[in-house]
Amino acid sequence: MAATEYVGRIPDREPHIEVRGLELSYAGSEILRDVTFTVGRGDVFVIMGGSGSGKSTLLRSMIGLLEPGAGDIAYAGKSFTRAERYERANMLRRFGVLYQKSALWSSMTLAENIGLVLEEYTDLTPEEIREVASFKLALVGLSGFEDHLPGEISGGMQKRAGIARAMTLDPEILFLDEPSAGLDPITSLRLDDLIVALRESLGATIVVVTHELESLLAIGDNSIFLDGETKTIIARGAPRDLLEHCPDPKVQAFLRRSEGRSTPEKR
Amino acid sequence: MNASTVRSDDVPGAAPTGAPATVAFERSKDGDLVVLLSGAWRLGAPRPDPQALTRELAAGPLQRVVLDAQGVEAWDTALLAWLRAAIQACEARGIAVDRSRLPPGVSQLLRLAEIVVEPAQHDEAPPPTFLARVGARTTRIGHDVIGTLRFLGNLTLALGRFVTSRAQFRRSDLYRLIQDAGADAIPIITMISLVVGLILAFVGALQLRLFGADLYVADLVGIAMVREMGAMVVGIIMAGRTGAAYAAQLGTMKVTEEVDALATFGISPIDFLVVPRVVALFLMVPLLCLYSIVLGILGGAVVGVFMLGLSRQLYFDQTLRSLSLPDLYGGLFHGVVYGLLVGITGCLRGMRCGNDAAAVGAATTSAVVTGVVAIVVADGILAVVFNVLGI
Repeated sequence: MAATEYVGRIPDREPHIEVRGLELSYAGSEILRDVTFTVGRGDVFVIMGGSGSGKSTLLRSMIGLLEPGAGDIAYAGKSFTRAERYERANMLRRFGVLYQKSALWSSMTLAENIGLVLEEYTDLTPEEIREVASFKLALVGLSGFEDHLPGEISGGMQKRAGIARAMTLDPEILFLDEPSAGLDPITSLRLDDLIVALRESLGATIVVVTHELESLLAIGDNSIFLDGETKTIIARGAPRDLLEHCPDPKVQAFLRRSEGRSTPEKR
Repeated sequence: MNASTVRSDDVPGAAPTGAPATVAFERSKDGDLVVLLSGAWRLGAPRPDPQALTRELAAGPLQRVVLDAQGVEAWDTALLAWLRAAIQACEARGIAVDRSRLPPGVSQLLRLAEIVVEPAQHDEAPPPTFLARVGARTTRIGHDVIGTLRFLGNLTLALGRFVTSRAQFRRSDLYRLIQDAGADAIPIITMISLVVGLILAFVGALQLRLFGADLYVADLVGIAMVREMGAMVVGIIMAGRTGAAYAAQLGTMKVTEEVDALATFGISPIDFLVVPRVVALFLMVPLLCLYSIVLGILGGAVVGVFMLGLSRQLYFDQTLRSLSLPDLYGGLFHGVVYGLLVGITGCLRGMRCGNDAAAVGAATTSAVVTGVVAIVVADGILAVVFNVLGI
């Protein structure tokens, strides 16, 4: 182990998320150790790595679903790991999370899925809630599907509805766990556009766990590469930079996988 | 305006800062309506009434509506939703909208919201007539009946394979299910059976005392528990406990495509999932019945001995005198039937479950309801049959 970590070009932005010396284990076995990185405000930050490298585990710990064994996660300079319950709940409200399987509440319509959060946290009238829900759904191309149940729409549409729900409270940080998994190329492209638009127009910081090379090369400003064997970060920097300059064979194998298929172009 | 700088640190929905959101209208000479937006547009803060624009649009002929948000200090979805409604209102009247004075982030998001990926199929058809509804319902019932019969047919064949040791299932699964449907149910059966025995004896004692026939409380409790109540208590508990669990387990497996995965490997889901469950209940319910009968009689004895002052010896002698072996066989036979019914209805509902979490809930509820109804109906039928046979 102890392959020297490759550090590529990293955009210079005000830090928004700071992860220091994080150690994660699950059911008694160590998943990640000594994970340290910084996400800049407004970055599209990609967490990549092979299957079982702990990408989703890291994401879960960043949104408070998994307590780290050691280390600290801080948002805008405030520790999340050591925050009091109330403070943590306040921080959580500024996050939007898209789960791998969308996790829409199946007994509620799409508008109700979004409306529930608004009912809880705002004092909007039912008409206003409906209006906001309808706008969020329109953003992901689901205009007119307000009264559909999750079971009545396709998997790709569920994913988009999940993103709409994640954006409900205009989050400052959007966590997306495999957003384009299971989407067709056109929808996936549209999703990338949406992510970029959200970053540009709302200034949201976006943390994405993804395998989709085209997508991560197109939208990622910065990234870390997790390795299942050494259980830590083995490369960091802009994904394009890693593709072109990172000497690590694992990173190259991962990023060159798409060679021979359509070459991803920066959009 | 760089939107990232306007996002204040407040929590969405919390009391917003800045001047309140306002809208003003200016009509230019060349037929333009300039909509001047200003202040902080935040969800949860008061926003101008969208009707104001509608009234303004209706006030006179217009060439163009210019949306001007240069005075907006802070914004979130509140502004976007308002603008979207405004644009839709203008478009509905055929009035052009000029968005050049909107912040770039706002117009980008508005554009994104206008792209229709796949139009929703709006059901423009009129609501179905009464006859159509009856027809649709009848067809659905027909499908349900056929589905149920197919399940029962498959299960019968699978049980045939089980008896001839050709069914595909894991022995360890069966043992675990037997433990779950047997030993693990003992605490609740103990409690309910004791209480049922107590209640039967207590209610009986109040009446029989009037005739000085205290001793016959033993007959009452014994016969009731052995012939009916033992099996009924166990059947209903198992319907609520194990039948519901089966429906939920199988329903969830259906939702997560685990059932399909078995089928595509050529393993019959009925063999693998349903048969062990039905067999476990078939074997365990009669044993639990026997246990319940003993506990019920003990419960009755508590009332007989402590409330009526009968001697223990006398109470149990009287109980034994009132009972016969055919009574016990009949009671246990009830148990066998109830066990099968609970197992079959639980698995049937699970295997015919829909595709989401709500469907699993519905399947579970339906398993309990169907199980209990089946038990009561079966009890009625068995009563008639036993009567005809003279048992």
